[in-house]
Amino acid sequence: MNDMTGKALPPVIVGAGPAGVRAAQTLVAHGLRPVVIDEAARAGGQVYRRQPPQFGRSSRTLYGFEAGRADALHQAFDALRGQVEHQSDSLVWNVQDHWLDVLDGPTQRTRRVPFAGLIVATGATDRVLPVPGWTLPGVYTLGGAQVALKFQGCAIGQRVVFMGTGPLLYLVAYQYAKAGAQVAAVLDTARFADQCAALPAMAAQPAVLLKGLYYVAWLRAHGVALHGGVRPLRVLGTERVEGVAWHDGRAERTLEADAVGFGYALRSETQLADLLGCRFAYAPLHRAHLPERDAAGRSSVAGVYLAGDGAGILGADAAEWAGERAALALLADRGVQIDAARTQVLERKLARVAGFRAGLERAFPFPQDWAAHAPDELVVCRCENVTAGNLRQTVREAGADELNRLKALCRVGMGRCQGRMCGVAAAEVLAHATGQPLQQVGRLRGQAPIKPIPMELAAAQEGLPS
Amino acid sequence: MTSTRQTPPAVPLLHRVAETARDQIPFTLDGVACTALAGDTVLTAVLTHAGQLRRNEFSGAPRAGFCMMGACQDCWVQTGEGARLRACSTFVAAGMCLVTEVPA
Repeated sequence: MNDMTGKALPPVIVGAGPAGVRAAQTLVAHGLRPVVIDEAARAGGQVYRRQPPQFGRSSRTLYGFEAGRADALHQAFDALRGQVEHQSDSLVWNVQDHWLDVLDGPTQRTRRVPFAGLIVATGATDRVLPVPGWTLPGVYTLGGAQVALKFQGCAIGQRVVFMGTGPLLYLVAYQYAKAGAQVAAVLDTARFADQCAALPAMAAQPAVLLKGLYYVAWLRAHGVALHGGVRPLRVLGTERVEGVAWHDGRAERTLEADAVGFGYALRSETQLADLLGCRFAYAPLHRAHLPERDAAGRSSVAGVYLAGDGAGILGADAAEWAGERAALALLADRGVQIDAARTQVLERKLARVAGFRAGLERAFPFPQDWAAHAPDELVVCRCENVTAGNLRQTVREAGADELNRLKALCRVGMGRCQGRMCGVAAAEVLAHATGQPLQQVGRLRGQAPIKPIPMELAAAQEGLPS
Repeated sequence: MTSTRQTPPAVPLLHRVAETARDQIPFTLDGVACTALAGDTVLTAVLTHAGQLRRNEFSGAPRAGFCMMGACQDCWVQTGEGARLRACSTFVAAGMCLVTEVPA
């Protein structure tokens, strides 16, 4: 496809994490010059997020066991300088026909970026199941707690509790303790028995399994209290965090703390795929509706490819392979000769990770009874202050049985985060309140702008000639 | 800024555990002269001095960000000029006037 001057349009990659970087590298290796658009100032994504240039810690300090992979990814992207058009500090907030609307962070001006072929590598954020008190200053997601440390050299408190479940729970607790912060406790909703039952499936990725076991053993050896099988009850405090309360299966327990990091694994950022018109399907393993992709990363829309955690949580290593595989698919679809053996290697690796992912889900199961225990006064939507009671009342009185209907009626998911923080919880409450299976209540539809943009830009956009 | 707002809560939320030898950056927080470090986000600059960034429009309760990665939109901070900054993804600059106690 050509632009108005007849010049061939470049492929565009959205996201410069593990998937986006490997996709870019692969396209460049085949003679293309892709545009890479990323919200961050520096490439790396969340998992390999780089500290600002004024900081001087080593990769080993920042990324631990993953230092080698982080360095390799950063070096791979740095080596592409001049061969890709890196649009950093740039938010893709809308898509129309064959261009993206992109907001430039520093100038707050929007521009159009036309594309021929699009690789969506938008990544993930923490999956959140709120607990009363979660809006208090001092409560952050596990990923957020990690960003504070990695990107800013700060701990979220002086006596921190980590809570929820998932591999990140023990990793972040370990990183905090190593950095000299006091970890008051790790509270895991999964039970030790869950982790044992999952061992056979997780042995497919022995290195990952061993790292996880190492963090747990290290925390234990350093006297950090680890509690499994808990049910978080509330974060205590009025103006900031003063402690946490949980149920340990027998009784309620409390602990003093000045900060809480919590989360339940990750959720995919699917808004862009949604605006592109990709077909979605319910994925039981992820407990979410996700854009469909074939083994190569092709979506249901011609010319649109999906790679990395943005299309289903498989982790950073899989994201690198999926990014490369999706780029090879884009190339093949353009008639470029590619290495067929390499595509098979990548697809085999990705298939193996999927098996491991099933094991992780057994080790850190989603707490399926969360909605049943969520009290009416729990704030589900932290943007608009909508409670679980509001949701249940809307179901009862207005008969809402689908997520977008619920949103229209009581504003859950309508705030500035567009359901990124509350969408998972709202769906769980709705399914429980209506007695439907989760897949029946649907998913929050993505809407432009994908993230907030200045009001005057949105208004100007309305008046733009099409 | 010349207003006489109350001083921000004295107990900071975030604690520096590394990288403290960076250049100092002056800014004001609710009218009080403060110092950040080069490479700090606005969120870090404020919360190493104070216990909140803003108040929620609906509940009036204090907020201090949540996801730290530009997704939750909880960390918007007002400037003295009336602009809004997403604190987790904006770097602090010398002379910034930041305001956390805005009437909800």
